Amino acid sequence: MTHLLSIADLGREGIEEVLRVAEAFAEVGSRPVRKVPTLRGRAIATLFFEDSTRTRLSFETAAKRLSADVLSFSAASSSVKKGESVRDTVETIEAMGMDALVVRHASAGVPVQVSRWVKRCKVVNGGDGWHEHPTQALLDCFTVCQARGAIGGLRVLVVGDVRHSRVARSQVLAYSALGASVTLVAPSSLLPPSLEGWPVEVADDLDAALPEADVVSLLRLQAERGSGAFVPSLREYTARYGLTARRAALLAPGALVTHPGPMIRGVEIASDVADLPQALVTRQVANGVAVRMAVLFLLLGGAM
Amino acid sequence: MAERERSHTRGGTFVPRAHVLSAADVQRALIRMAHEVVERNRGLDDVVLVGLQTGGVPLAHRMAEALKDAEHVEVPVGTLDVAFYRDDIGLRPVLPEAVTEIPGDLTGKVVVLVDDVLFTGRTVRAALHALSDFGRARAVQLAVMVDRGHRELPIRPDYVGKNLPTRRAEMVDVSADGVTVGVLG
Amino acid sequence: MSRALLLRGAEVVDAAGRRRADVVVADGVVRAVGPDVAGAAPARARVLDASGCVLAPGLVDLHAHLRQPGAEESETVETGGRAAALGGYSAVVAMPNTDPPVDCAAVAREVLALGKRSPVEVAVAGAITVGRAGERLAPMGELAALGVRLFTDDGAGVQDGAVMRRALDYARGLGVTLAQHCEDARLAGQGAMHEGAWSSRLGLPGVPAAAEEAMVARDVALARLTGGRLHFLHLSTAGSVELVRRAKAEGLLVTAEVAPHHLVLTDAACAGYDPTFKVSPPLREDEDLVRLRAGLEDGTIDAIATDHAPHAPEAKDLPFDEAPPGMLGLETALAVALSVLGLERALACLSWRPAAIAGLAPRHGGPVAEGAEANLCVIDPSATWTVDPARLASRSRNTPYAGWTLTGRVRHTIVAGDAVVVDGELVR
Repeated sequence: MTHLLSIADLGREGIEEVLRVAEAFAEVGSRPVRKVPTLRGRAIATLFFEDSTRTRLSFETAAKRLSADVLSFSAASSSVKKGESVRDTVETIEAMGMDALVVRHASAGVPVQVSRWVKRCKVVNGGDGWHEHPTQALLDCFTVCQARGAIGGLRVLVVGDVRHSRVARSQVLAYSALGASVTLVAPSSLLPPSLEGWPVEVADDLDAALPEADVVSLLRLQAERGSGAFVPSLREYTARYGLTARRAALLAPGALVTHPGPMIRGVEIASDVADLPQALVTRQVANGVAVRMAVLFLLLGGAM
Repeated sequence: MAERERSHTRGGTFVPRAHVLSAADVQRALIRMAHEVVERNRGLDDVVLVGLQTGGVPLAHRMAEALKDAEHVEVPVGTLDVAFYRDDIGLRPVLPEAVTEIPGDLTGKVVVLVDDVLFTGRTVRAALHALSDFGRARAVQLAVMVDRGHRELPIRPDYVGKNLPTRRAEMVDVSADGVTVGVLG
Repeated sequence: MSRALLLRGAEVVDAAGRRRADVVVADGVVRAVGPDVAGAAPARARVLDASGCVLAPGLVDLHAHLRQPGAEESETVETGGRAAALGGYSAVVAMPNTDPPVDCAAVAREVLALGKRSPVEVAVAGAITVGRAGERLAPMGELAALGVRLFTDDGAGVQDGAVMRRALDYARGLGVTLAQHCEDARLAGQGAMHEGAWSSRLGLPGVPAAAEEAMVARDVALARLTGGRLHFLHLSTAGSVELVRRAKAEGLLVTAEVAPHHLVLTDAACAGYDPTFKVSPPLREDEDLVRLRAGLEDGTIDAIATDHAPHAPEAKDLPFDEAPPGMLGLETALAVALSVLGLERALACLSWRPAAIAGLAPRHGGPVAEGAEANLCVIDPSATWTVDPARLASRSRNTPYAGWTLTGRVRHTIVAGDAVVVDGELVR
């Protein structure tokens, strides 16, 4: 594999390899010196045409722990503002001797396009529009694996704004590749227009679905993308799809709750639920670094 | 560990040619090496064994058993995977084999690195680098079951089970059955 | 005065039928047609070999974006005209969504004047509303006086039903045709491709088929209300074909076209996020393809029109949802049409039917007969060629058929008696 653009690029074996290598890197994160010389002399650029502090920090921390040099590009403070195209930006930055580009863009498919424009750089999708956010899904799988030992046979609920969620698209591919059964629970206006070819079930009633679930993946309601207009009100959305304390009580013992962040407490997850031990939100963040180290290592140093 | 890694990444299978040490020979050598460790360090104070993933790990545990039999002391045993410290990353597929587990801070300790086969010395170099991230050991010593020569770095073992002259293209396999020399088929 | 021509050995195909004949052209008109007319050719006549080829009336494109004035980096009337000539066209209708748009006589005159230097005849469509803003009617009478016969706000549909109704009422009196780009802007939203399985998987906002069909249905009702003459541009969905079929059965004065790419490409082409495959209306699904082809076969859809929409490479190097829609068509339309239709039907859809809709018949698209204006093309229907974007005459490169091997190639094109393309090469 030369790039990580979609979970589909990995397949089951690829995902398992990332998770296995991530385990070794998780140990590195617990050492007194949380850094290995693995990618010394390699240069990685994070190209964020759309702001995202946490994903950027996670990738940059991962790169630095691998001893790679990190070049940080953000559209807000760059030539993009002056009208430079994504292609010119990519070609300029690659010419500076980069080995990998982590690309985040508000438009779906930009990392795919970038992979056609680069000459030798590896491209990692750091989240593109509504399309995919592969490293987020990988870290979710890693976190669930840590807690449950394996993914195969688990029942996963993906709850919320699937229509506008890149995380959901990657999760569906990753969880199902690893043998979990995935159910989407959402207001029908927030489902994608077509689910043809998606290995999922669809449910409308969260209360009925919760007791059966092993993993509940809550999605953010993308209010800034206008998702608010797809439901009558946030109040009604929370009433039907929010993980309230009452609903959390319906969860089976050992069931896990994941959230890609940033959380909107009080909308998709109640504040007291977000702090429950089953909620893996902070562990997800820590694992994010290990998983991104694994991805960068496999692309630049390993056998990927 | 180097041997094993190369054999599977080259994609060949190990074809045995000569059985050099029996299981009993290996056990005798381990006991002798354990005594040498005690002798050299005048006891086992501050001694920590670190087995290199993967071939060195069972040997480190067996050496700890031998030390317990001889001195009635439980020596801490750690494991170390050096994949992230190798100098050939990007030249060939390098993957971590297993998780590293170092028992506590190594500052002031005497670390005995244990591996099955010493060949070019590059794995040991990577291990020395990795160890330094877990503290400043008072001393690092090297124990190997087989030294097969062909060093590419200025590294020499402190404890050797058997010096075994080989040709470069040959492979050495250390297992529960003993030591076998063979080639990739 | 142009040199006389003798076209030898062709099979003539036109609205009147099919027959073996040589054709003599002189002084801009067809002098003789028949099996033994070589003797009628002037002594100095240039002989063009047409053996094994089909000689037909020149093709007529109802829908070409020639980009001039305003976007000359993408195309000009001249470069678009050259592409048209190579595609077998003798006339094209230039779309009015230029900058400034063709919403007044001055801009129409400019484009018509530029057309005089083009190898093919350039007719101009006018805007329905001022600035194509969908609010006030453009001076359709003034434009009609310059010969404009087709009016459209193409690029967008006239969203306001009351404005469209007024335009149809007004156009009826002028005897001109309104051409609608059917797309409800609110339903289309920010859609970048067809809404369906692919858009859902790719995470791209989609344009539902209903965005087109809602406006087709509304405009059918308005055609009924006003008795106006209405042409549906680039229909792309099975539902639209059905709506037009019923409107025609009712006897309404409606006609319709389809773009070549909607006959052979589906939304699956967008899987690689290559904006070359972004077009408006978007590439649809297999079922739509089948129904559009059937619509051509049974006459529900009258014409194949290219919607030739050149874009400079930098414009198509944008993220998929930011890139402008549109693809080239003039140089490939005939071969694409021949891949889905029989020869006679393909020529009807590319020549005489669109010529009638554009008000260019019988000078264009008319039968190849003595005394007719010599707008002709000679096609080798069995020649195969591979589309190389670098070798297109268009100033832009955004063809969706790069690397495709197509069957059917234009050999000669004759416009007003002049051989502008000979043996597949532009003359001059």
